[in-house]
This record gives sequence, structure tokens and C-alpha cells, in this order.
Amino acid sequence: MIEWQDQAVVLSVRGHGETGGIASLLTRQHGRAAGYVYGAVSNRMRGVLEPGNIVSVTWRAKGEGQLGNFTLELEKSHAAVVMDDPLKLTALQSACTLVDKTLPEGEKHEGVYEGFCALLAAFENDIWAPAYIYWELGLLKELGFGLDLGQCAATGTTEDLIYVSPKSGRAVSGPAGFIYKEKMLAMPAFLRGEAAFEPADILDGLKLTGHFFLHRVFAVHTHSNLPDARLRLEAKFLQKCA
Amino acid sequence: MIGADIENLIRLVSRLPGLGARSARRCVLHLLKNRETLMLPLAQGLDRAAETIVECHTCHNLDTTNPCTICTDTRRDQTSLCVVEDISDLWAVEKTGSFRGYYHVLGGTLSALDGITPEDLSIPQLVTRANNTEITEVILALNATIDGQTTAHYIAECLENCNVSISQLAHGVPIGGQIDYLDDGTLQAALRARKAI
Repeated sequence: MIEWQDQAVVLSVRGHGETGGIASLLTRQHGRAAGYVYGAVSNRMRGVLEPGNIVSVTWRAKGEGQLGNFTLELEKSHAAVVMDDPLKLTALQSACTLVDKTLPEGEKHEGVYEGFCALLAAFENDIWAPAYIYWELGLLKELGFGLDLGQCAATGTTEDLIYVSPKSGRAVSGPAGFIYKEKMLAMPAFLRGEAAFEPADILDGLKLTGHFFLHRVFAVHTHSNLPDARLRLEAKFLQKCA
Repeated sequence: MIGADIENLIRLVSRLPGLGARSARRCVLHLLKNRETLMLPLAQGLDRAAETIVECHTCHNLDTTNPCTICTDTRRDQTSLCVVEDISDLWAVEKTGSFRGYYHVLGGTLSALDGITPEDLSIPQLVTRANNTEITEVILALNATIDGQTTAHYIAECLENCNVSISQLAHGVPIGGQIDYLDDGTLQAALRARKAI
């Protein structure tokens, strides 16, 4: 019998059989992991297995490569913080789904775990939306598609960076990018270090990261569109800006 | 050696929720030992239920009439509509005796993971009911889960342009609950929903 203990964020649970479930977790030391949970549909476990909850987990299996089973204990519930806010709720679902569908199993990504925990904490205050965009940028970087937003790709300047090239993922200054502005992605002001932000800035941020998730990750590796929760998040911010 | 008919009966009973092969054998033996008092009335009841019970086209409850007895009861509060996920939730709310309006059963919750969309639930029919009847209040009695609340917010958006007030059940300390045994999430929800005393 092999086993390990870790701390994890619940990403998703799918029912299996009458009383059990297969949970997908993002763990600190063991990356994304899946395991069977006995009694997943019981009153006690249902509250523990809500996406976004932080749990302490023990995984046991008879051998490597087996699904194994999880024993879980709730450490902190984040689901309750977001349930009353439809935007936060959708953002949480989007984050959980993005990690669930992009990270391979069994590969340690401690930076993604720490970033996810920071995002969960950010849901308790007013700057959660820019924090979410920063988190998506961090996930893209972890997947190997980090954006270079520090200086203009054409001129090297660090001033007036208002565009991002959809091809190279590098920042472009206003003057250098003006003639290609119809093809450029907008860089929201908060990514340039400005503190204030509006829903339109968050929408620009979602379109920016969404472009690279779609064209570099999902279209290439899974031949699919962005996850439904991610699409709904962008649609909700579009509605907020209308 | 068990006869084929008894084996078949055991196999059928074991498909019921909460019953496995062993408990199904016990159930079947109990039925066979109480043929006149239990087995035959059960068989007749099942037969009748299969023939007569239908889904109500208005609220998606199960009853022997369509529309169901709740939807046709004119003594109920015609301005109030309680939205639930499943028929078992309808039975739970109705059992309290504290709600006298009508119901609407969605048939589940929205779920991207399981591919359940608004069209798979009776949300379009709910919007039609809110627009075309005397309903002035819609109460969302959905589960306090991520999927349940996502569905609640979606329904609230759909009903935005209908002339109805939308409310949902309170989340917090259950009756008989002890504060130090509650999880963080429930306590946080209870603190947010506190009211003057």
C-alpha cells in the first residue's frame, strides 16, 4: 500500500455509484490528483467536496498508477464566500475548471497551488477581479505560454504599453501598435501597475488571457473551446459593461 | 439453489437505491413470507402507480392527474411560486406546511461538468409561468451548493424582466445546531444573514 498526505483545493467531484464520487484535487506537493471518495454524497462529505474548499488529504492505493482513494478533512470553506455573488461564483468555477482541464495529473505545480490559494483569499475583498486576471496569467506561464508585458516588442520602451500582440504575447506601445490596433489585444491599465480598474478593464484582461488559453492551450491540445464556466465569466463582464 | 423467478425478483429489488444483493434477498424473503399482507398489496400498488402516475405539465411534479392536485388547488396562494431542484425537495417543503403557494420542479441544476444546460431543465417554462400568471414572488429553494447557487443566479437573471420579486431560502445555523460544530462556510453565511432580534 502506498500513501501520501498533502493539502489541496477541491476542483471537481463526479458521482460514482450510489454513494461514492471521484474527486479531482489540486494538491500542493503532488499536483493535480484524482481519487475515489467513499461516501461522497453523504451529508457530511457534500459540504467538504464543494469546489474551492481547502482540504487536508490522504491518498492511498495498492500500487502506482491506480486511482486510489482519498480521505479528506475540511480546512477552509471558500464556497460560502462566493455563493452570494454571481461574478465571484462564476470566477471560482472558471478557475477550478481551467486547472482541472489544463494541468496534467501527478505533476507538481506548487506555484499554481499557492497562486490558487491567494486567489481564494482575494475573493474576500474588492480586488478579486484583477487578482483573477493575474492568476490566469500565472497559469499560462506555468503551462509554458507566459506573456512578456514588461517592454514594447518593437521599440523596447516601457512607457505607454497599451497593446499585446496576439501572436507573440509581448507588450506593444501605443505609437508602435497604432497601425495594427484592430488586430491587437488591449492591455488593461492594472497590468501596467495602475491601481484603479473598471469592469471594462477586467473584460480586456479576460479577452487577453482568454485568447492565449484558447489558441495556445485548448485549441491545440484538446481541440475544444474554452470551458463553459470561463466563457460565462467573460459573458457576465461583457453584460456588466453594456 | 434459488429458483429463476426468485432470482429475477432479487435482481430487480437490488437495483433500488440503497439496496444491494444481500439486502435485496432479505427484502424478497420478507415479501414471500408475507404474501397476502404485504407482497400482493405492494404488487397491486406498484401496478396502479405505473398506470396512473404522470408528470404534471405545469410544475413537473408527479401525481395521478395532469395538472397535479397542487396546481389545481385554487385555495393556494396564487401569487407565490417556489422553485425546487427535485420532486423530493417539493415533498420536503410541502411537508412543513408553511408554504401555501405553487411549485416549479427544475429536474436538477445547471452543471458544466455533466453537460446540463438550461434547456435540459424546465427553466424556459419557469420564465413563461412568471410572465403569464399572477405570480408576484418567486422563491428559489435550491441546494446551498456551487451548482445550486449558479442555477439560482441564472434563474434570477432570466426573471429580471418579469414583474416578480425573487428571493431565496436563508443559509445558516440549522435548528438544533451547535456553533462549535459548524463548518466555517456555514458560520460565515449565518453571520452575513444575521437579523435583528
